[in-house]
Amino acid sequence: MNLRRDVFQAIADPTRRAILILVSTQSMTAGVIASNFDTARPTVSKHLQILTECELLKQEQQGREIYYHLNPDKMKDIADFIEPFRKLWDDRFNKLEQVMKNYKSTK
Amino acid sequence: MELKTKITAEDHKQELLITRTFDLPVELLFKAYTEAELVEQWMGNKVLVMENKAHGSYQFENRDAQGNVLFRANGSIHQVTENKNITRTFEMENTPFPVQLEFLDFISLDEETSKLEMKIIYKSIADRDAMLKLPFEKGINMAHNQLQKILNTLK
Repeated sequence: MNLRRDVFQAIADPTRRAILILVSTQSMTAGVIASNFDTARPTVSKHLQILTECELLKQEQQGREIYYHLNPDKMKDIADFIEPFRKLWDDRFNKLEQVMKNYKSTK
Repeated sequence: MELKTKITAEDHKQELLITRTFDLPVELLFKAYTEAELVEQWMGNKVLVMENKAHGSYQFENRDAQGNVLFRANGSIHQVTENKNITRTFEMENTPFPVQLEFLDFISLDEETSKLEMKIIYKSIADRDAMLKLPFEKGINMAHNQLQKILNTLK
């Protein structure tokens, strides 16, 4: 479960989520990724390190450059992880909506 | 498709934000949270106590067919403003989960739609994450139970 938790915490950060969205369009070097953020370069590097460690991003050497690209399999794991909690609330709220619609029609 | 229910759990924070839009006027949404009979219908729990006032309290319970308590939760109501907000605590009895603080904001979007923003503050980041994982682990257990059932029929 530890790995899952790390992955979960990795995507809980707004900057890291933004990085994932950015990289989802095409693979990029750390420099290009950093140029999209006001955050200091070492901070972006730290985020990339965390995302790589939990396998959300994969590194690929192309010539002298290292490109980061998304690992779609791992992304699916995350969606699956938070989804049960969201689904639980969604079901509950759907029920609430239905109960209140019935209540309204009997008034 | 835009999801009606959204969960926001930011890193290094011991809080959680649950938001949901409803095809209901805000008055009905608020009523769903404050009238015991309605709460019972959508939550599926029996309401033992429900005092919607500052320094009031509430208690929910769920029993199986044999009368064994499956779930019991209670809390103190700190503040209630009709059709606007409820501030309360929530604690599941006989579980290792500490009490949590809940801010419920009921927002009118137009005459027929409303939004609920539920901000939950946990005792620690670890407690929040454990709560997030609860249905996940339950899901795993359910899958295991299902597997066990199938295996038993094969014996």
